[in-house]
Amino acid sequence: MKVAYWPGCVSRGFTPELHGSMAKVAPLLDIELIELDRAACCGAGVIAEHNQELADTLNARTFALAQRTDGELMMNICSTCQGAQSECQERLDANTDYREYVNSNLSDEGLSYEKGLSNKNFLWLLVENIGLDELKQRVKRPLTDLRVGPFYGCYIVRPVDRLGVDEEHPRDRYLHWVIEALGGTVIDYAGVYKCCGFPIITMNKEASLKQAGRHLGDAIDAEADCLVVPCPLCHLNLDLQQPVASKVVGRELGMPVLHLPQLVGLALGLSPKELGMNKHIVRPTSVIDWSTSVVAGAA
Amino acid sequence: MPEYTLRIRRYDPQSGDAPRWDTHTVDLSPVQSVLDAILKIKDDEDGSIGIRCSCQQAICGSCGVRMNGKPGLACNTHLDEAAQRGHGTGWNPPDEGQEAPVITVEPMGNMPVIRDLIVDMDAVHWKKIQRVTPWLINKEPVPEREYIVPHENMVDVTQTMACIQCGACVSDCLAMEVDPLFVGPAALAKAYRFVGDPRDADHRERLNDLSEDPHGIYDCTHCFNCIDACPKGVDPMSQIMRLRRVAGSDFDIKDRNNGYNHEHAFVKNIRKNGILHEPDLLADSYGGKLHPAAGKELLSGLPTAVTGLLRGKMTPRTALLHPHKAPPEVKKLFDTIDGKQQRYELNLYVSGYEDEPEGTETEGQS
Repeated sequence: MKVAYWPGCVSRGFTPELHGSMAKVAPLLDIELIELDRAACCGAGVIAEHNQELADTLNARTFALAQRTDGELMMNICSTCQGAQSECQERLDANTDYREYVNSNLSDEGLSYEKGLSNKNFLWLLVENIGLDELKQRVKRPLTDLRVGPFYGCYIVRPVDRLGVDEEHPRDRYLHWVIEALGGTVIDYAGVYKCCGFPIITMNKEASLKQAGRHLGDAIDAEADCLVVPCPLCHLNLDLQQPVASKVVGRELGMPVLHLPQLVGLALGLSPKELGMNKHIVRPTSVIDWSTSVVAGAA
Repeated sequence: MPEYTLRIRRYDPQSGDAPRWDTHTVDLSPVQSVLDAILKIKDDEDGSIGIRCSCQQAICGSCGVRMNGKPGLACNTHLDEAAQRGHGTGWNPPDEGQEAPVITVEPMGNMPVIRDLIVDMDAVHWKKIQRVTPWLINKEPVPEREYIVPHENMVDVTQTMACIQCGACVSDCLAMEVDPLFVGPAALAKAYRFVGDPRDADHRERLNDLSEDPHGIYDCTHCFNCIDACPKGVDPMSQIMRLRRVAGSDFDIKDRNNGYNHEHAFVKNIRKNGILHEPDLLADSYGGKLHPAAGKELLSGLPTAVTGLLRGKMTPRTALLHPHKAPPEVKKLFDTIDGKQQRYELNLYVSGYEDEPEGTETEGQS
């Protein structure tokens, strides 16, 4: 399937391994990515906090660019983009006058957003469009014995109405389902639906990293081998900042944190290095050991 | 009638005994409330269960509890709805062989337990409400007759006035979980009620106070829990964002937490680069590369930066240069919209959703 692809900022900034691993995994799932390279940042809630109309216009522009492609839908790989864009889209879709008003900002560029775009995080697309059965069939190296803790973060599960989490689409279970479909073991721990703390890292570093540190510690107590996140901003606090978080909470951590496309890629047969895991701050040793033992076992 | 199983957390801090879970089964209709079930259990089986309740009509705000891990009012949560709630955000299949999933009922979080399902609202919630000067400070002169609020302002503060002080948002505030001093969602929503009221004389002082407090408006971590928790649609997190908008843009208040700097640096960064250039944002959030605070922060972050460079997360080129440039159209949007005399905001709580017949729930996009 063809999708209009919005990689976001951080996957092209401090987590380049996310952008890279998505590019490697997409062809293995027959996803053709049409990258929206002229679109601007979603605002991550910060631009909306400054000026709602500006955030809504920037995202309406991104949606309009997506609608110009022949992609079936728009796909993102960042929960924060999903949440910030869904918030803008909710306003744009709810009110014709408002939509026309925002579109008038885009008229110079000849762009206009039409109500009803489907914008999905890679996680949602995996479950709802590709399907878990299809995913299972493509698994080359099931994640047998790999104990994976899902870390959903906030922007992709709340608020439930805006993000369409309901009985028909239990999107707050999708990470669990995907880990299982890939053959891994789901580890439940206290932090599954909590906040990584990243949004206040420059405002209240201690409170921010106390959150990250606690969740990582809880995952260690639950004997997880690694965590998986659908959001690169969570990755920044949980991986990049993990050594500092460790000091804040006063305990050894050393918990590897994988981006969702990396976890999928592992099961589809790619090596940790191909998936950019060498770029992580916390060496995903347990994952690499697992991967090596599987390859050795197969030989 | 279906059978529902309730697991109720029992705890008396005075007793010295550890908390325990009691299980009770009730036959009630799926549209009866969790409070109905608890009161029936109290009547028929165990009168000693502690719960605070009064109106039973979602007006008094007394019966806040956590049901299957999610906070809300026991009186306006149907048994079938409570059973469907997972410990995540809304999915909880019945155990094998069970007709309906178990409903776990616990006291609210972030507040000390007095007994069983009763928490100490005074110790946390009310203290924080008092913290924000929760009354109108009249702008003089006060008219002799009614002091009328213009219609558009009244509409603007309606959402915060819907708060019934139940504490559900406080219960699950993730910032408060790690920083108990955070003023918190309920109190900050209350603060907006007065900041949005043109009769109030102290807007600047209120905002200064809440910006300067290191646990004030810039301590919210955007977790959205308070939005889902609120039984009245107050949307406390959005009220906090509105406080930030008014403080930062209308009053130009520079706080000590770098909230103002961060917001302005972010906007400037996207205007220039189109997508985020993180190294600049980091320095600018602390007041710019040459600011002593930035130097200190950047120095303390040096080990992280060096590891990042060594691992290839960033290269000297991406760290120091600007590989992305915003298209001119994007720059123009920033200048035009930010330059408008008046900000335009759409509040869906007030405007509603045009396509939906009244009384139906909002359906999320898919």
